[in-house]
Amino acid sequence: MIKAILIFNNHGKPRLIRFYQYFAEDMQQQIIRETFHLVSKRDDNVCNFLEGGSLIGGSDYKLIYRHYATLYFVFCVDSSESELGILDLIQVFVETLDKCFENVCELDLIFHMDKVHYILQEVVMGGMVLETNMNEIVAQVELQNRMEKSEGGLSTAPARAVSAVKNMNLPEIPRNINIGDINIKVPSLSPF
Amino acid sequence: MALKIVKGSIDRMFDKNLQDLVRGIRNHKEDEAKYISTCIDEIKQELKQDNIAVKANAVCKLTYLQMLGYDVSWAAFNIVEVMSSSKFTYKRIGYLAASQCFHEGTDVIMLTTNQIRKDLSSPHQYDTGVALTGLSCFVTPDLARDLANDIMTLMSHTKPYIRKKAVLIMYKVFLKYPESLRPAFPRLKEKLEDPDPGVQSAAVNVICELARRNPKNYLSLAPLFFKLMTSSTNNWVLIKIIKLFGALTPLEPRLGKKMIEPLTNLIHSTSAMSLLYECVNTVIAVLISLSSGMPNHSASIQLCVQKLRILIEDSDQNLKYLGLLAMSKILKTHPKSVQSHKDLILQCLDDKDESIRLRALDLLYGMVSKKNLMEIVKKLMLHVDKAEGTTYRDELLTKIIDICSQSNYQYITNFEWYISILVELTRLEGTRHGHLIASQMLDVAIRVKAIRGFAVAQMATLLDNAHLLTGNTQHNGICEVLYAAAWICGEFSEHLEDPMQTLEAMLRPKVATLPGHIQAVYVQNAAKLFATVLRKHEGETDSHAVQETSQLLIDRLPLFVQSANLEVQERASCILQLVKYIQKLQQKKVEVAEEVTALFAGELNPVAPKAQKKVPVPEGLDLDAWINKPPSESESEDEKPKAVFAKEEPKHSRSRHTEVDEKELAKRREARKQEQANNPFYIKASPSSQKVYDAPGVEHIPVVQIDLSVPLKVPGMPMSDQYLKLEEERRQKEKAERKKKEKKKKREKRGKERKADSGPESEEDITPAHQVDIVTEEMPENALPSDDDDKDPNDPHKALDIDLDKPLADSEKLPVRTHRPEVLKSPAEDRVNESIPQETKKRSSKEKKEKKKGKEKDRKRSKEEKKKKKHKEVEEELLESHPEEAVQSEETKEAATPPTSAEEETTPLSAAAADMSSAAAPESEPDEPKDAEPEDTKSSKHKKKKQKKEKEEKEKKKKKRHHHHHHHHHHHSDAGGDDSVQNGTVEEEEPLPPMSNYSLLAENSYIKMMKEDADQVYDIQGNHQDESKVVVSVIFENKSDSFLKSMEFNVLDSLNSKLQRPEGAGAHDSLTVPFQLPPGISNEARFVFSVQSIVMPQKLKGTLTFIVKSDESSTHEKLDFKLHFTCTSYLITTPCYSDAYAKLLESGDLKGSSLRLERIKMPFHHLLARICFHHHFSVVERIDSCASMYSRSIQGHHVCLLVKTSDQTVSIDAKCDEPSLLGNVLDEIKQTFSKC
Repeated sequence: MIKAILIFNNHGKPRLIRFYQYFAEDMQQQIIRETFHLVSKRDDNVCNFLEGGSLIGGSDYKLIYRHYATLYFVFCVDSSESELGILDLIQVFVETLDKCFENVCELDLIFHMDKVHYILQEVVMGGMVLETNMNEIVAQVELQNRMEKSEGGLSTAPARAVSAVKNMNLPEIPRNINIGDINIKVPSLSPF
Repeated sequence: MALKIVKGSIDRMFDKNLQDLVRGIRNHKEDEAKYISTCIDEIKQELKQDNIAVKANAVCKLTYLQMLGYDVSWAAFNIVEVMSSSKFTYKRIGYLAASQCFHEGTDVIMLTTNQIRKDLSSPHQYDTGVALTGLSCFVTPDLARDLANDIMTLMSHTKPYIRKKAVLIMYKVFLKYPESLRPAFPRLKEKLEDPDPGVQSAAVNVICELARRNPKNYLSLAPLFFKLMTSSTNNWVLIKIIKLFGALTPLEPRLGKKMIEPLTNLIHSTSAMSLLYECVNTVIAVLISLSSGMPNHSASIQLCVQKLRILIEDSDQNLKYLGLLAMSKILKTHPKSVQSHKDLILQCLDDKDESIRLRALDLLYGMVSKKNLMEIVKKLMLHVDKAEGTTYRDELLTKIIDICSQSNYQYITNFEWYISILVELTRLEGTRHGHLIASQMLDVAIRVKAIRGFAVAQMATLLDNAHLLTGNTQHNGICEVLYAAAWICGEFSEHLEDPMQTLEAMLRPKVATLPGHIQAVYVQNAAKLFATVLRKHEGETDSHAVQETSQLLIDRLPLFVQSANLEVQERASCILQLVKYIQKLQQKKVEVAEEVTALFAGELNPVAPKAQKKVPVPEGLDLDAWINKPPSESESEDEKPKAVFAKEEPKHSRSRHTEVDEKELAKRREARKQEQANNPFYIKASPSSQKVYDAPGVEHIPVVQIDLSVPLKVPGMPMSDQYLKLEEERRQKEKAERKKKEKKKKREKRGKERKADSGPESEEDITPAHQVDIVTEEMPENALPSDDDDKDPNDPHKALDIDLDKPLADSEKLPVRTHRPEVLKSPAEDRVNESIPQETKKRSSKEKKEKKKGKEKDRKRSKEEKKKKKHKEVEEELLESHPEEAVQSEETKEAATPPTSAEEETTPLSAAAADMSSAAAPESEPDEPKDAEPEDTKSSKHKKKKQKKEKEEKEKKKKKRHHHHHHHHHHHSDAGGDDSVQNGTVEEEEPLPPMSNYSLLAENSYIKMMKEDADQVYDIQGNHQDESKVVVSVIFENKSDSFLKSMEFNVLDSLNSKLQRPEGAGAHDSLTVPFQLPPGISNEARFVFSVQSIVMPQKLKGTLTFIVKSDESSTHEKLDFKLHFTCTSYLITTPCYSDAYAKLLESGDLKGSSLRLERIKMPFHHLLARICFHHHFSVVERIDSCASMYSRSIQGHHVCLLVKTSDQTVSIDAKCDEPSLLGNVLDEIKQTFSKC
């Protein structure tokens, strides 16, 4: 079982956290800090395993991590997972990110945490490895993205809001307002 | 007015999305917290709006803030709202947020059950997928129980994508709801051979997780796994299986034997390091399990060790690490084969990587022998000196102690050396492990009697040089050592050369800076030393030394009397008084040494850890029983302690003790010994130590011949290295002597016997430097040999220790949602209900709270809060003033609604099980609750049949039914959440008659089909404005004793309504029902219809064909049915706020119609609830006996109702933008109430 997946940068700023066991928010932050502390002081040419100690779970758990450019990918796993297998999995995950974002870099993770989560959800589910075949993962992610697009996505949400208003039988409003063109800010009015 | 709304929504366009939020945070590096708090305020505003897109955006941002450590649980309800959006985009956001911040304590989770169930059975695989993923993160015992059956159905889904997710999540379900394991296991097992590799892998994954904790239950799967192992090419699956075998082999050695060969083949053939490594690991596990029975696997061991050596020598640090890790496993059973690689392991100790050094240290633990212990420890001591960073140094320290103390100091040949090592370790700065060293010192000094003299000398030096240890800080962990030193010096003071000096060292003013517990030991042991000094100088004519000592104590002790530490203070003041008294006696030339020594007579024996725990409780002893009568409260408490104190005072007085003459003392001792001998709870001293009572019994302790070549009196600390040299010399000498002897022997018995150890000396040959008698730790007599102490009673896996090979019993079924919430009432059941009211009450009150919470949030959302509240209060008053009326009307109206129904709905499963036995023969057959479905008229003739049938099955199904009630209750509360005000106006105190959405579709002697009113409607807006989709749930129940399979569902499409068939299928092809039905089982399938116009009700003819398979024969059967789509079923419950509602009515676009219902006897709120439930309306506003209601069709038609009641007459004025739709809806409402 995987107990937690943490991605943070060289300064310890979290980019994605995914706990498969409940920890309160402050505890989560503490775990991130301690993990960063442990991982960051290690050279790049030492092994990728760390005994987590008292951090999460105890002696049965290990931290398995990889360091890519500015980011650390840390998996906290118990003894039922193969150490080398998890290292491979991290690689698969990162390669998948690379495919989905086209030359992934830290900025992609910063601005699209939600999308990274969705990709991760196709790799690991509830702490168990769901899929290791990259093509399959990418295919599922893309199908879902396409579905989101067909619904108009979240970015076009305001347009959807307008269409909801239309359903109230109000005068027609053009649906595809280009948001970029409007640079007047209507003063806030009380919502109904 | 309209413009205002438009402006409001345009304003919303400028809401921040996630990217804007992230950018903003990055631009506000200095005042991040402040910026985020304004963002949270904005988000709160956004969440108050009722536009789902805005909400979803807000929730998405919250998910990001949660990552930064902000608690977002306050938005849990909004997350649920977003989760229940019909659009995938929002649903996904909602589920993501939920999976990040929901946990078992999140109360709104209770509201999600129905939503998740709907998503699970959604026709879109990604809706299902998203729900499964989310659920896997926040599944609770309740959710697991309620959804287990739905998930199990999904395990046979047509899409592998869903199957594999469903399989994986089952593990979580098992953990939360262990009862589901047995019923679900056959299907899980089936999935091991699923055609899709992903599903197969998931099944292997789940079973491996299960088997890891309780391997014995999965032994029977071994052949299947063996087959998979030899056939699979997926390394992931192989690794998992091989790991699983590693867990199984210890239980079944025959399995291990069989495994060796394929595993060795894999080791030779695979190129994947991960697989190779796991194979080696499992071979090791196999070999360990075989080691007792079959010793002849040296070839395999060699292979493993050889492969591991390759790994360790690899330049890849990861492989090196793992190689060492696996090596340590071999070490346990085959230390010899590892020991030959000592060079490699010692080399790893110098590795730059700490993880690797730690692993190498682990290995060292198993590699020491009598021969090399000193050498290895010497090397480690060097590392201790070199080590940077306290963590690694502490690790080294503990390892040294572990290595030396392992298996009862088995490998230590020279304890003087060991004490020196311990003393050297005290020089470590900043270590946390002072207490560890201290406990070792104590342990060795107490248990190795021969070493006491040496130990005491060393400890005295330590005490003398205490300033070196405590120099820097007080919280320095190393000062713990002084605790041990002081105690050893005091307890074994007879070995001290110069007790005066030590005493002086222990009473230095600096001691007062030590931690309290150490000071206390100092004070106590100073007294012991004092006794020794007294005894030593007794009889001497010149008592100068003694008086000096007394004076020293009297001078120095006041410092401790002032200590803030209670323990120190108490002991110091006691001893101070004692010394003062002794000084007086001394001046009178009274000999007191004997009496003072008697204070500290007796020896402490080491007691095994957990010894106390292992004392068996003798028969007839009840530890919980009161020994005395429990004190009554009324007893005056300030009197009692006084009496006790007065009574016991003489016993406490120490001065009297010293006066007792020796005879008396001896007598008492004898008596006490006798008493102890008869007392089973007293931990007896070993026979040898009993003699200590005849103090001074020093001559009984074997005195070691201390090698005087060791410079004991070296100022400062001893050097352990010297021992190493000495030891080597000694061994050489011994060896030479032995050789001489052997030569002699050989000459004598040449050829007769050949000793194997002519080469390097073997373990047995090394004799300890001096014979040590290691006192074993004491255990109580007939202690229980139990290892239970280590098991965690809270381990969730304990509950999963379930025998899976037993055939399934009838009672073992997953709770299934059945179709009709009929309520049974029998005297027997009533009694049961009375016996379980507490639990149910708790539950229902909890749910009530839940509802209230939901309501509160809703209320907040609306600006009309106060107004509504007023309404509610009015309503409450109204209801309170007519409680009788309410009850009466209920009784007359519906026998089917016993007052307990609300409670029963929430009866938990366990209680329901109790019901099963007591309510076997219900006496009265209750009426069916009248369903307000138009279909019911048609099916009424079926109903009677069904009732009979149900009567027969009552016992069997009761469990399920209760469960069902539970769901329905959830359903209501869900609706309460979704529909804002709708249920808010319904008084909770009054039980609502149970309502069901299910109606009989058709049935014959084999099968019964129940249709759920199409309450779940998907409207695909956007491109298909004019075409909508309706989902129909149909429950299939097998009524026969035969197996039903190959069920095919077909409907004759009309122009307007069409059954959705998979792509590529013809317009008249039938759909395969995705499951089979064993006897007595029911299951639910969903079918999607596309509908063009919704203004008219629709009727579709259909057929279900299936094969009935019994033991003898199989026949093809069919069942015709008619699907009725009412106009109601196209309506979606949509909340609407009163001002928007008013605007809508003002707009003038709606056309009106009206309806009058006569002789309606039900209370008004029941009437409203029925309209809400059966016709998908929500209450907008209610004032006394008048209410406005709103609903919207899937194509966006607004339907507004104004319901008024007076004197059993209900008039409904309705408005809608589509008159024919309105007409039909009103007809349907009329029908609903005509049946009441």
